[in-house]
Amino acid sequence: MKSIPVETTINGDRTEFLCQPDESLLDVLRDRLGLTGAKEGCGTGDCGACSVTMNGRVVCSCLVLGVETEGAEIETIEGMAKGEELHPLQRVFLEEAALQCGICTPGILVAAKSLLEKNPDPTDTEVRYWLAGNLCRCTGYDKIVKAVQKAAAEMRAA
Amino acid sequence: MRYVKPETFDAAAAVLAAEAGVARILTGGTDVLVMLKAEVVEPDLMVDLKHLPGMREIVQEDGGFRIGAAVTAAEMGEYKALKAAWPGVVEGAELIGSTQVQNRATMAGNLCTASPAADSVPAMVTANAVARLHGPEGVRDLPVADIPNGPGKTALAKGEFITSIFLPARPDHAGDAYLRFTPRTEMDIAVSSAAVSLALDADGTVTEARVALGAVAPTVRLVPDAAAALIGSKLDDDAITALVAAAQAACSPITDKRGTIEFRTTTAGVLAKRAARIAYTRAGGTS
Amino acid sequence: MAFDEQAKRTFNVVGTRVPRPDGIDKVTGKAAYGADITAPGMLHGRILRSPHAHARIKSIDTTAAAALPGVKAIVTSADLATPEDAGYADIAMNCLARGKVLYDGHAVAAVAATSKAIAKQAIRLIEVEYEILPHVTDVDAAMQPDAPVVQSGRALENVPAGMSQNVTTHCVFGHGDLEAGFAKADKIVERSFKTAATHQGYIEPQACMASLGSDGRGEVWCCTQGQYMVRSNCAAVLGVEESQLKITASEIGGGFGGKTSTFIEPVALALSRKSGKPVKIVMSRSEVLRATGPTISTSMDIKIGMTKEGRITAARGELRYSGGAYPNSTVDMGAQAAFAAYDLEAVETVGWNAMTNRPMEIPYRAPGAPTSIYAVESVVDELCQELGLDPLDVRLMNAARKGTLSSYGPTFNEIGLVATLEAAKAHPHYTAPLGPNQGRGLSCGFWFNFGGNTCVSLNINDDGTVGVVEGNPDIGGSRASISMMAAEELGVPYDKVRTVIADTAALGFNDVTDGSRVTFAVGLAAIKAARAAINEMCQRAAKIWGIDEDAVTWVDGAAVPAGPNAGTHPPMTLAEIAAVASNTGGPISGHHEVNADGAGVSFGVHLCDTEVDPETGAVKILRYTVFQDAGKAVHPDYVEGQMQGGAVQGIGWALNEEYIYGEDGTLQNPAFLDYRIPVASDLPPIETVILEIPNPGHPYGVRGVGETPIVPPLAAISNAVSRAAGVRMTELPMSPPRLLKAITG
Repeated sequence: MKSIPVETTINGDRTEFLCQPDESLLDVLRDRLGLTGAKEGCGTGDCGACSVTMNGRVVCSCLVLGVETEGAEIETIEGMAKGEELHPLQRVFLEEAALQCGICTPGILVAAKSLLEKNPDPTDTEVRYWLAGNLCRCTGYDKIVKAVQKAAAEMRAA
Repeated sequence: MRYVKPETFDAAAAVLAAEAGVARILTGGTDVLVMLKAEVVEPDLMVDLKHLPGMREIVQEDGGFRIGAAVTAAEMGEYKALKAAWPGVVEGAELIGSTQVQNRATMAGNLCTASPAADSVPAMVTANAVARLHGPEGVRDLPVADIPNGPGKTALAKGEFITSIFLPARPDHAGDAYLRFTPRTEMDIAVSSAAVSLALDADGTVTEARVALGAVAPTVRLVPDAAAALIGSKLDDDAITALVAAAQAACSPITDKRGTIEFRTTTAGVLAKRAARIAYTRAGGTS
Repeated sequence: MAFDEQAKRTFNVVGTRVPRPDGIDKVTGKAAYGADITAPGMLHGRILRSPHAHARIKSIDTTAAAALPGVKAIVTSADLATPEDAGYADIAMNCLARGKVLYDGHAVAAVAATSKAIAKQAIRLIEVEYEILPHVTDVDAAMQPDAPVVQSGRALENVPAGMSQNVTTHCVFGHGDLEAGFAKADKIVERSFKTAATHQGYIEPQACMASLGSDGRGEVWCCTQGQYMVRSNCAAVLGVEESQLKITASEIGGGFGGKTSTFIEPVALALSRKSGKPVKIVMSRSEVLRATGPTISTSMDIKIGMTKEGRITAARGELRYSGGAYPNSTVDMGAQAAFAAYDLEAVETVGWNAMTNRPMEIPYRAPGAPTSIYAVESVVDELCQELGLDPLDVRLMNAARKGTLSSYGPTFNEIGLVATLEAAKAHPHYTAPLGPNQGRGLSCGFWFNFGGNTCVSLNINDDGTVGVVEGNPDIGGSRASISMMAAEELGVPYDKVRTVIADTAALGFNDVTDGSRVTFAVGLAAIKAARAAINEMCQRAAKIWGIDEDAVTWVDGAAVPAGPNAGTHPPMTLAEIAAVASNTGGPISGHHEVNADGAGVSFGVHLCDTEVDPETGAVKILRYTVFQDAGKAVHPDYVEGQMQGGAVQGIGWALNEEYIYGEDGTLQNPAFLDYRIPVASDLPPIETVILEIPNPGHPYGVRGVGETPIVPPLAAISNAVSRAAGVRMTELPMSPPRLLKAITG
């Protein structure tokens, strides 16, 4: 198979890479670009640990081909904090102990940020359904839902 | 695998028709990339069609809606007029996978994967949806109900693909609904499912009905007897009992890791009953 | 100075909710987990697995695979050592099958290649000729005398003759006169139960990077619950010396017991030795489910007699567990735990393990206990229903307490069961109204907890900060908890202490992160290492002041004269002593090495409300409250997190998670789509109530908290569902088809 050149924008930076036609965006991010914040928990879209946004919508990067991102805007967990300043969701997740092992955390943060951009004042049920595609095996989700709500309240007040 | 982005529908049909190996269309990718990862299907050719004209658009046409084959489930849910006219179709599409999958998955892809459990298909069938196909021989329209031929098999000819799905105009006093049974609230494949579409007259009597069941036969099954049980009724207990009996009689499911024959049959009847009540309420009926 | 061994009761740092030291890295994507590193010249390893449940390997032909450009090494069991020790031999045989494949997914051969794609292609070119053998995956079937034999000659000496060769383990615990006890009962309930195997379901698949030279020197980076365990296993399986292997634990993406063994590290090392290059192996989700640790699957009979007032007169359990294709002693723990919550005059628990053609069982949070306690607590609930008794009152009447001769032998010291039951009874949840098709269930839970081999090194830095070096991977915030205990003992602020996890070359041996042992045992060792450092700092102060070292004591982070006779010296803080350490004898540190005991058992009680859809068998969890004795909650957020996470894992076990095998013995659901762990929308908030009944075996009263919370949910939910549906459920999971069938008869 011949590699294909792709030009895209990742976390605001123009990025060029070569990838195989059957290579997932997740593999491109992790293996070719060194962006290992997106995790592979399943590779089949069942766990959400590889969540990134593509053109403003949260997707499983394991279910996107690298070649499909030509011209796209990709945002990953690595782009969420601005320098030393954490995004409110990141900070509140730490304050509220909304993570244990942390492997699902990047995906959950990316998905939660996308929720709050679409719906700044979700109900607990809306948070739970939005995040249903992000498996967490450590926390039982309780502290995650509370942290999303606390961050949402802060962001609304800001 | 070769990846191509043809510049026209005709070019897409030509490259698909010429491929000797395994070819797949890429719109949402939420099935085909899973199969690729699981080494179930390893295409020689992947044809990306998302960029072609109309593929990502919903347009109103003849009082109905033409939905491009690459329109995602999330985009359908955000299109208010569509959701108001065909809430059952939209809720079927919105049950496919997670939020992340919603942002990629398409009804056309769900239809072409041809799973008996496909969530968007029963409500498309009860909606009398029609798919527009493009192929080497040109363009043709085919009812959605006629597309699945069995698990993983479709009526599409070699080189043919879906460019849009048309949902017809709705009369007043009409409503539809889709329900599925899954062990979890989300992230699951339907163990059984039911879609019901109803039209009522001014006093709430059902004048038109269509009932379709999913995951209880090799393809989505339209059940005219179940529909007949509702026509002329206001969803009274006798009509509902007859609906459930007709729905269950139409089931010929299998037992597998997701459910047993008995369970699928029983719950298909229950879901048909519940979906009928929701559709009736949406149509403005009060029973 | 001398330390008061009595448990400390007032705290400045312990019990607060401080930020975790690994937090920023984990919310920004920087934290490096098993699969997150690369090495120069690295190859990609991939493993060929058996498609059969049970087969003899007649031949393995690697010729075509080896000829593929880019393939640098291929290994089979012939490339591993043959350890004499049966435990290591099983690990070797599980890493790469020897002679026979014992389950669907059993590793057969592995390749290392220059790309993932080439490795995948090479795997398909390896030709294995199998002779398919009859298989057995059900524990009851495996115990039949004519069952297919998974492995022969593996039974322990106390297994009676004449049983199937699959039966490897037999154990009996208990005391008292059962016959007399049952004769005194007004009501006896006897029920049989079955539970499916479940998986730990950690979101991070096993991953490692390994390098091994022809001189036997090697390094491994991997996600594990115990780098020293990986070292021991790899040394034995590769036939190299432990001193020559340096194992570094990455950040770990969940384990729950599942990462207390090795599957890929020895294979990666063997590939590296053969290719001369570093080799990375990352398991896929399907490999994780097919070939790493599920729990036991079980079949159990429980018989309990009760007076009409609710006093248990006698109890007997017979447990049949299968730990997969190898001998396994998890049933011992299940049998010991089964009746631990009760003060009983007559009790007996009998356990058996039988081998089946399933993957090797690996511990999952309180291994053995959730299933046996599920069966016991189900029968207790049924007796309460039959006799019209309040299930909490009955538990309180029969509860184990200090001085109770436990059902497994020891006499309990200070334990928190009664306090936990009373907290549940006083909680508004217990008396909240229920609607139609709703039911409330409860269950007690228990875990032994563990101490074990532990080393801690604590260094006083010259700027007055403190470094703690420990050897247990941090699976849920333990670096924070250990820093808190060190800071507490030293009398310095939490943010002056940093705890790091050593590789195997940097610190002495530590048992794996298991048995809820880390906060207890590593905490204890950190406190004692801090005390050693304090002693040293007091000596330095004595030297500076020119007084006797016994005349110096440590108060609020500073050395002070012990009394008026010692003279009037102003306090010397830790920072002041550290700054001049090079003038007073050199660097200051404290160490503690211990095989810790006194872990202190932990009890919990869970309350659960469910609603059953009688037409579909669907179960909704409406409300869930966890009550647990933590001894002392060092970091309450993380204690709550353990309670919530364990409860939700138990909810999954009770309702939907199961290993489903086909007629052909292959696993039908090796993906998160059909191995259904709970998702956020399935659950209500999980309320928590922490009780603190100090553990006399720890200076701060700490008990392990990680495992107990997975024990009660199985019965709490089953009891709630049974009451809501009006039918007694005796099989897990209570998946909708199973429940609907029970409801409709």
